[in-house]
Amino acid sequence: MSSTEIAPDSTRRPFTGRRVRFGDVSLQAVAGTAAAAATFLVFLIAYKVVRGAQPAIGKYGLAFVTRVAWDPVKNVYGAGSFLFGTALTSLLALAIAAPLAIGIALFLTELAPRRLRAPVTALIETLAAIPSVVIGLWGILVLGPILRDHVEPALHSALGFIPLFGSPSSTGSSIFTAIVVLTIMILPIVASISRELFLGVPRDLKEGALALGTTRWEMVRGVMFPYARGGIAAALILGLGRAVGEAIAVTQVIGGGLGIQLNLFATGDTLASKIASSYQGAQSNIQIASLVYLGLILLVFSLIMNVSAQVIVRRVARRQGVGLNRGGLG
Amino acid sequence: MSTHSLTKASLRAEGLPRRRAVNRAMELVAWLAAALGVAILGVVVWSVARRGAGALNLDLLTKTPSVAFSLTPVKQGLANAFAGSLVIVGIATLMALPVGILVAIYLNEFARPSVRTAVSLTLDVLNGVPAIVIGIFVYGLLVLGHGQSGFAGSFALACIMLPLVARSTMEVLTLVPMSLREASLALGVPRWRTTLSIVLPQTIGGIVTGTVLAVARVAGETAPLLFVSSLAGTSLSWDPHHALQTVPVAIFELSESADPADHTRAWAAALVLLIFILFSSLGARWLATRTTRRLSTSR
Amino acid sequence: MQRPNDTSTIERSVKVETHRQPMPPRERLERIFAVEHLDALYGGKPAIKDVSMDVYKNLVTAIIGPSGCGKSTFIRCLNRMNDLIPSFSQTGSIRYHGQDITDPGVDPVAVRRNIGMVFQRPNPFPKSIQDNVAWGLKVLGLKDNLDERVERALTQAALWDEVKDRLKASALSLSGGQQQRLCIARAIAVEPDVVLMDEPASALDPIATAAIEQLMHSLKSEYTFVIVTHNMQQAARVADMTAFFSISRGEEGQRWGELVEYDATEKIFTAPSDKRTEDYVTGRFG
Repeated sequence: MSSTEIAPDSTRRPFTGRRVRFGDVSLQAVAGTAAAAATFLVFLIAYKVVRGAQPAIGKYGLAFVTRVAWDPVKNVYGAGSFLFGTALTSLLALAIAAPLAIGIALFLTELAPRRLRAPVTALIETLAAIPSVVIGLWGILVLGPILRDHVEPALHSALGFIPLFGSPSSTGSSIFTAIVVLTIMILPIVASISRELFLGVPRDLKEGALALGTTRWEMVRGVMFPYARGGIAAALILGLGRAVGEAIAVTQVIGGGLGIQLNLFATGDTLASKIASSYQGAQSNIQIASLVYLGLILLVFSLIMNVSAQVIVRRVARRQGVGLNRGGLG
Repeated sequence: MSTHSLTKASLRAEGLPRRRAVNRAMELVAWLAAALGVAILGVVVWSVARRGAGALNLDLLTKTPSVAFSLTPVKQGLANAFAGSLVIVGIATLMALPVGILVAIYLNEFARPSVRTAVSLTLDVLNGVPAIVIGIFVYGLLVLGHGQSGFAGSFALACIMLPLVARSTMEVLTLVPMSLREASLALGVPRWRTTLSIVLPQTIGGIVTGTVLAVARVAGETAPLLFVSSLAGTSLSWDPHHALQTVPVAIFELSESADPADHTRAWAAALVLLIFILFSSLGARWLATRTTRRLSTSR
Repeated sequence: MQRPNDTSTIERSVKVETHRQPMPPRERLERIFAVEHLDALYGGKPAIKDVSMDVYKNLVTAIIGPSGCGKSTFIRCLNRMNDLIPSFSQTGSIRYHGQDITDPGVDPVAVRRNIGMVFQRPNPFPKSIQDNVAWGLKVLGLKDNLDERVERALTQAALWDEVKDRLKASALSLSGGQQQRLCIARAIAVEPDVVLMDEPASALDPIATAAIEQLMHSLKSEYTFVIVTHNMQQAARVADMTAFFSISRGEEGQRWGELVEYDATEKIFTAPSDKRTEDYVTGRFG
């Protein structure tokens, strides 16, 4: 039908031409508006969060960020305790998850028998699809008691001289449980990004290393890791960002608590878990504003981590793209 | 093993036994890591299935929770949560889907490279905003002064779906061969019509995949709804003007309860959620490989 | 069988340069590889069938033939490189100094340690020039006199003068020909016994090609080279021995490569005993 609209009739041509342009412009305008709205949304989020935190920012200033206090009775609030909890849980979770995730990625790209590759990849990605509330439910009702009864006492008696491994928790809710839960949540993310990075290492390079008489591990360490270094850094940052921002599962298993202590088996709170656990209890406006202030800190962290990870990814992609093109010419 | 001693006789290889041992150890670590990853999935799914299956019955889906102090402990369903999830996720999809597709069309078909880079970075940033922060944002935008509502919950979930839908649509759009667009344009078909009736239909499979994955993702989201649509009653309601209970929020609340009966219902609800998510992810993966294969062979 | 009586066409098409020393009689040469009845299969389909030939020490042996004749498959059998391809299988034997290296009990890492390889496309590691050469040495534990070893390898590969002032620069900043010579330096730095070259000059310009040919010529007193090439002039220039592979076709459309003729290079190019070799070297085929 479109062919009849632009039939080669010279008298109708200008009219058709205008209609054509009108359709193009409309689609571009509508699609462009959608894109602008999506971009605007990000700024609106930032603006709204800053506005919501305004009363607390005005009252406490930047001192809020490091103050260790959360007292609704005296109306004294600060993020220090939660910042510490966030750093402790997410960094330790990343430290455990990173080698495991890289191991999984190496398994999927280098070691797994052909028949296992696709199914195991699918299973690892399925792990990432499990909602955090389900992981949290499992964490509080299954994992927590196991850790409390078996793992925590064992770690305490073996490594109790390190302050991190203090006396075991009484309920199973602890910073330690939160770390294990976060590890499970970021493991599949880092693993699948690393897998894609390893798949991108040119076969030429791997063969070049093996032809020297190196073992597979020596090839991985000497050629694949350096090649994928930037991308792995980005994957780790994204995993860290996910751990920092996770609210629900952490709220379910961390137990809640205030203060800075190194004992992993004590209860605690992270920025995100503090917000989530206060969803029904917030009374005063200043308390709500303080909660939003916590959200603002979280937002700033996630922005920094995401943008830096994306910048690294783009740079790596560009470099590898160039590498591939050059390969194609040869 | 005797062949290895033969090896040493004629094939020179410095320190090979040690290097081979290191290699073996590292390979073993990788195997164990993969086994651990799969085992974690197995244990979580098994826990949910074992504990949830007992309480999984029609009542869970059709009956509402018993009110406190009720003397009839039979009405222990979560019908209100399932209804609320359906309504909120449905409306969220209606919000995010058209906008996400339009964003992708704009970026792929119209935008200059610099705009494209900037906007897709923004989409990545939006994707990286913690869900709980989305919840605070929607709370400040729509709930403060108006009260919680299902619509506000849908908007929060739509904020999470938007970058996912846009990203997956862009990925399939780039797979549509340029020659197809050129063939259409060469016939004198205008660009908007080429885009909407030639290019877009090619990508339906990919868009459906992306949407299903996004729905599976937000159906399990709790954090954005806590401040936005959680203070709901126990009665069955389909009206998004009021706060609606949802499955993830229900699981969250029940998991914090001290009553083991509540835990059982939480497991059952988690099982339903998990089945939905696993099946839709698997279906989406299957559809994705099909679409990608078709598009890349047609090129 | 009809033989052309005009041998001058052969001489015109391929100029055999004789800057190499006359080859000692074959009985006095030391056998380094004895390949017997080698079949190589990818996914059950044969790529080469029933190849038997000896490779002699301190000679350059060229493998020539049309594309698809299994030249690369064959050379990759010699250092177990095909192990990396999951669907690969082989039968027959390749004895290296008398030991069958196709035996699954033989560690391919040890095989490749002794039998190095240079690939079709330059594949320097994304490291500095120096580290490209030093990495293999370090991994293999040859850490004494590291700098000297690097310098010697680069000198042997005729690259030292061009890179000695920028050893820390990225290897990717080198030209294609320099990269390939760096890959040769990397291969010979670990002092292998044999160096396999799989069309090492196919991606290079004539000047870089000449440099690599010159390099093989000057290094063959220390190493044994096996080179795959689709370029007959190159084989004629560098090789002492030449093997001609050709494609055979089965009744049901299967194709596989097989060894047609293996002899001194001069013989192959001037008086081949097989019609197929003659057609190929005179340019009537492929």
